[in-house]
Amino acid sequence: MSYRKRRGSRIRPYTFTGGRTRSRHPLMVQTLVSTADPSNDPPAKLMPESQRIYVLCRETRSVAEVSAELKIPLGVAQVLLSDLAELGLVYIHPTITGNSPSENQVLERALRGLERLFQ
Amino acid sequence: MVSNDYSSDIPTKMSTKIVIAGGFGAGKTTLVGSVSEIPAVTTEAVMTEASIGHDDISATPHKVTTTVAMDFGRITVDQQLIMYMFGTPGQTRFWFMWDDLVRGAVGAVVVVDCRRLAESFEAVDYFETNRRIPYIVALNRFDGQLEYTTEQVREALEVSPSVPILDFDARDRSSGGTVLKTLLRYALSTNAAAAPVG
Ligand SMILES: Nc1nc2c(ncn2[C@@H]2O[C@H](COP(=O)(O)OP(=O)(O)O)[C@@H](O)[C@H]2O)c(=O)[nH]1
Ligand SMILES: [Mg+2]
Repeated sequence: MSYRKRRGSRIRPYTFTGGRTRSRHPLMVQTLVSTADPSNDPPAKLMPESQRIYVLCRETRSVAEVSAELKIPLGVAQVLLSDLAELGLVYIHPTITGNSPSENQVLERALRGLERLFQ
Repeated sequence: MVSNDYSSDIPTKMSTKIVIAGGFGAGKTTLVGSVSEIPAVTTEAVMTEASIGHDDISATPHKVTTTVAMDFGRITVDQQLIMYMFGTPGQTRFWFMWDDLVRGAVGAVVVVDCRRLAESFEAVDYFETNRRIPYIVALNRFDGQLEYTTEQVREALEVSPSVPILDFDARDRSSGGTVLKTLLRYALSTNAAAAPVG
């Protein structure tokens, strides 16, 4: 018995709204972001939504958390964060994809962490 | 990575991602919730439906926006490293969203409801076909039912021989933790196999 069907028949009529990012750093849903200088007030020239992001990211959190906490769609959060990073107002942290052997050390740390947490 | 002056003040924190896939009602959200240190969060992505008809390119593009919800959870694995778990949107027509979630993920878990194997087929097929990230299969035995053996499931879903398949209970934190550890070990073993000698 097999459920395997014809492959390659997936239709993708949908695209992400506003998925552009100008930043050279990858800005994925799991990527951590921090306000570069948390002691500063948000610049008055920023849009209200960007000011809220600036304030929220005084404590490091992921793009997905910014989206969920401020109730703005993921694609919009990505664009606004990318613009803030471009202005030097937000720092984009490294994202570990683990897909190259050079990142094995970090994956091993993750595994040790899980072993400690889930015994 | 450090390319800006201001970044030197910020303690280096990094993150990784694991994708939790599977059919509708398989236990994805339950798994995310049972291993996460925060209650599972739901966020939304707005998708724009592009024009589908190939033969009326002259017509004004008809656009409809759809909101896709997905859940995620978080585990602080050590002081500098946070692991996020993202559940894929249930409806398979949102494959675009899957691509976006799968990109940059350490690996994926396909949660299978053992009573409805056919529901998992599309998720398994997705990872078998694109092979970009390591994945494992986690059999959620609802109410302890054991209708198929692991190897019967492997055969039915055409899961590659090297892909780990394990039993678990999505409601149980420790059992969910075992699933995550299995995925990490497997991802490390596939990297080791790919590493150049020396
Ligand atoms: N009895 C039992 N119920 C479960 C188990 N895992 C999930 N459920 C229930 O099954 C339903 C669907 O699970 P959910 O995690 O929402 O599925 P999802 O659609 O894959 O996110 C929920 O009502 C869960 O409480 C399980 O291992 N045993
Ligand atoms: Mg769900």
